[in-house]
Amino acid sequence: MEKVDLIQLKEGESGVVVNIQGGYGLVRRLDSLGIRVGKKVTKVSSQFMRGPITLRVGNSHLALGFGMARKIFVRVVK
Amino acid sequence: MGNPNVGKSVIFSRLTGVNVIASNYSGTTVEYTKGYMRLGNEKVEVMDVPGTYTLEPTSKAEEVAVEMLKEGDLVIDVVDATNLERNLNLTLQLLKDGKPVVMALNLWDETRHTGISIDVDKLEQILGVPVVPTCAITGEGIKELVSELPFAKTNTYEYEEEKRWEKVGEIVSQVQKITHRHHTFLERLEDVSIRPITGIPLALITLYLVFNIIRFVGEGLIGYIFEPIFESFWAPLMMRLSNLLGNQGFIHDVLIGKLVEGQIDFVESLGLLTTGLFVPFAMVLPYVFAFYLVLSFLEDSGYLPRLAVLVDNLMHRFGLHGLSIIPMMLGLGCNVPGAMATRVLETRRERFIAATMMAIAVPCMAQIAMIVGLIGRYGTGGLGAVFGTLFIVWIAIGIILNRVLKGESPEIFVEIPPYRFPYPTALLKKLLMRTKSFLREAVPYVLFGVFVVNILYSLGIIQLIGRITAPIITGILGLPQDAVGALIVGFLRKDVAVGMLLPLGLNLSQLVVASVVLTMYFPCVATFAVLIKELGTKDMLKATLIMIASALIVGGILNLIL
Repeated sequence: MEKVDLIQLKEGESGVVVNIQGGYGLVRRLDSLGIRVGKKVTKVSSQFMRGPITLRVGNSHLALGFGMARKIFVRVVK
Repeated sequence: MGNPNVGKSVIFSRLTGVNVIASNYSGTTVEYTKGYMRLGNEKVEVMDVPGTYTLEPTSKAEEVAVEMLKEGDLVIDVVDATNLERNLNLTLQLLKDGKPVVMALNLWDETRHTGISIDVDKLEQILGVPVVPTCAITGEGIKELVSELPFAKTNTYEYEEEKRWEKVGEIVSQVQKITHRHHTFLERLEDVSIRPITGIPLALITLYLVFNIIRFVGEGLIGYIFEPIFESFWAPLMMRLSNLLGNQGFIHDVLIGKLVEGQIDFVESLGLLTTGLFVPFAMVLPYVFAFYLVLSFLEDSGYLPRLAVLVDNLMHRFGLHGLSIIPMMLGLGCNVPGAMATRVLETRRERFIAATMMAIAVPCMAQIAMIVGLIGRYGTGGLGAVFGTLFIVWIAIGIILNRVLKGESPEIFVEIPPYRFPYPTALLKKLLMRTKSFLREAVPYVLFGVFVVNILYSLGIIQLIGRITAPIITGILGLPQDAVGALIVGFLRKDVAVGMLLPLGLNLSQLVVASVVLTMYFPCVATFAVLIKELGTKDMLKATLIMIASALIVGGILNLIL
């Protein structure tokens, strides 16, 4: 089973969140917008030069910064 | 209460008849608004609050929401029906808070074409509070919502804090069914506009279109409607009044102003009934109207957060993230809402940087219109110099502030709304609201500004200040002493101030220097008041010093090289 962070995850691929390497504040913020361990997310796009990425979570789209994306690890689902 | 961008403000407007600005992106509402509605024989107060994802706030706007919750006796929980799971997370917290709740299942119309079906009765049963499907923008379900208000129930829905999501998941799986469907055109456009390879060219095309539509509409309104009205109808009337008053004297000069070669000149005469009306109506209003037309369309379509993602990288150079492009865009209309919109940013440092950058280098539409009117007649070179300089200053101020101020910049984390076709009636209403509020706020200040100029000139005060400040005005900036009058009035209204440059007979490079300095040196009084409130007196003092210093430096440099 392949485990990658959201930067390594390719555009169009989906993954189930397995681990968030961040403090309580980050976990809480991500949680409030629906990103938490066990949740399936799909990467929609990324920007040049360490820009933010966009994800589809459930029926909504979220944009999150490079640094945040690097702390979220997912198990790739085909 | 509810998540951001679920339509709380639209429901509020429907309930109370009080118009508030509503758009298609998170964080349109950054302050609470109060209104009243009839409920049976009672008159009850309704409050519109900013959206929040949880009851533990992460930005200033969310703090406002949570603070206001304490004041309410009954909560209308507005829920995005297409995003039930995330919205229920807040609902459960609200239920636990213990206030009576009625749920409005808004954006109900969108569930149909997104292939979602929700069992309303079942949801009502599980939560134990009334649930009403609504489509606020068209008004569907609002009557039912009102009639359910008396049946709002307190329901301390039992769950353990750690298992909140589990509980939410359980509820969702019981009430919601999703059927497969094909991607729509708008959804394809969503993907195209956020991928950098296609998104950046698209953003440039959008910007180009925006610029040209504003110019086309603005110039059209001026050339075909407002100028003809003033020239062929108002001018003869004013000439008659002028003759009646004997073509001169104090009263004549205040009302009509100085005649230029025996005729009224609507820009130069500086009378209350001539320049005082011509500037706001025939020079500024058309551009303000055109700008808000385009801005409202962009807001309601859902494009702005996507633009924020695309410019995120650039904004990080200033210690900000992409969302701060929204205060800047609003600031182009008027700096007041721009300053308010900095509340969507998370930290005090970000708000300071964004507000200072905007106050210094983002001219409002009223001022832009006047600069275009004044310098545009010399061709586009002068305009390029003014706006090019301001753009460079904007970037430089951002980079410097980011270097000087300690602290780190948080990263963007925002919901991207789906594209929606702007609802024409709502768009029109918003446009009218903004145009009206421009007229309500601008016209009195313009008239007051013109009046003050007359008084100050006739008392010789402007001439006196001009002599005192000559070393700065003439020495550093290379402007005539009289230009100080424009700087004084610029504190009241920047558009009148720009207009006052015309009778001074400046050459093109002096006009460029004066326009740039007028934009930078100080915000107008309305913006100043809001900034004090948003930043606090101490930070505003700092920002003010930065403004004055940078205006003198940039003005001085321009004077040397032009």
